[in-house]
Amino acid sequence: MSAAEAQEDPYVLGRGRGGADAAGEGRGGDDARPSGRGEGGPAPKRTVVGYGFWIYLLSDIILFAGFFAAYAVLSGDLAGGPGPQELFEQRRLALETAALLISSFTCGLAGIAAGRGAMLRTQGWLLVTGLLGAVFLGLEVQEFATLVAEGAGPQRSAFLSAFFALVGLHGLHIAAGLLWAGTMMAQLAVKGFRPAIERRLMCFALFWHALDIVWVGIFTVVYLLGLAG
Amino acid sequence: MSGPSGTEQGDAADAPPGEERLDAREFGGGLKSYLTGLLLAALLTGLSFLVLDVPFVWGPAVPMALIVLAVAQMGVHLVFFLHVTTGPDDTNNVLALAFGVLVCALVLFGSIWIMDHLARGTMVEAAPAEEVGAPR
Repeated sequence: MSAAEAQEDPYVLGRGRGGADAAGEGRGGDDARPSGRGEGGPAPKRTVVGYGFWIYLLSDIILFAGFFAAYAVLSGDLAGGPGPQELFEQRRLALETAALLISSFTCGLAGIAAGRGAMLRTQGWLLVTGLLGAVFLGLEVQEFATLVAEGAGPQRSAFLSAFFALVGLHGLHIAAGLLWAGTMMAQLAVKGFRPAIERRLMCFALFWHALDIVWVGIFTVVYLLGLAG
Repeated sequence: MSGPSGTEQGDAADAPPGEERLDAREFGGGLKSYLTGLLLAALLTGLSFLVLDVPFVWGPAVPMALIVLAVAQMGVHLVFFLHVTTGPDDTNNVLALAFGVLVCALVLFGSIWIMDHLARGTMVEAAPAEEVGAPR
């Protein structure tokens, strides 16, 4: 591929020989070059799997959007019960947020280690990711227990029902992610770096990063906006 | 095919979300990308907490400032952690993301808008001032 051609078609949009001939340049044996646009054959499996999982993640985020909408509509209906400013604790929120953000980062490090075929480091970073996720989940369970003990359980008011539904749904996702991280560690240990395992690892990383994005929405809309009043 | 050219390297850097090519030297920007993302995300999170605690933003503007910071952080996560880019292999992912954002916006703003109107309509119809806030 010549430099002039690269300039002309930087993103390999040309559809094989016809396009090249029209531009006055023969491409020689380049027809088989995969362009990801149908002409060069199917896209790599990794790309297709990533796309499919991305569609699932977006549908999951739409589910969260429904819960966010319910929370936004109901957050003012305290029914005489305690409001966000009496219930939320900023220190615990900061710890939860830090744990989840750093676990997202270590999840990326696990992916890098897997790309280099470094088993020990992959397992180590996955373990750190899972432990930080467990810290997050522990803090959340502690918060829920405190609220219920104070008589501010989900049955107290519409605001608290919506709060427990939204934050609890995210917590359930984190719990599923912890299970998945453990499964990946076991599969890596038993089966090693096979393409299928590496694709699953990629999907896990996507899932974990997406959950962190949802948490950004929760800690802003539910906690910080609630504390701001 | 005449070996790796500038275009090929460009393609490797423009990977879809989570695409981490094993044949590339370091996929998707590698460690640098994750470090940049972590730094920016920590900065934006810290700023969110700071906006709440330190009164350097005009009071009524605090909610909007928090929302802007959250949207910015979501963008940081998408680019540096999920590696959503404008590359050729990524067109489908970006289109799916755009559609997802559209549906989320419809659900969120639609619900808030309609329920707000409904609440106001109900208030005018039936409820005297004291009973507002009782079951809708």
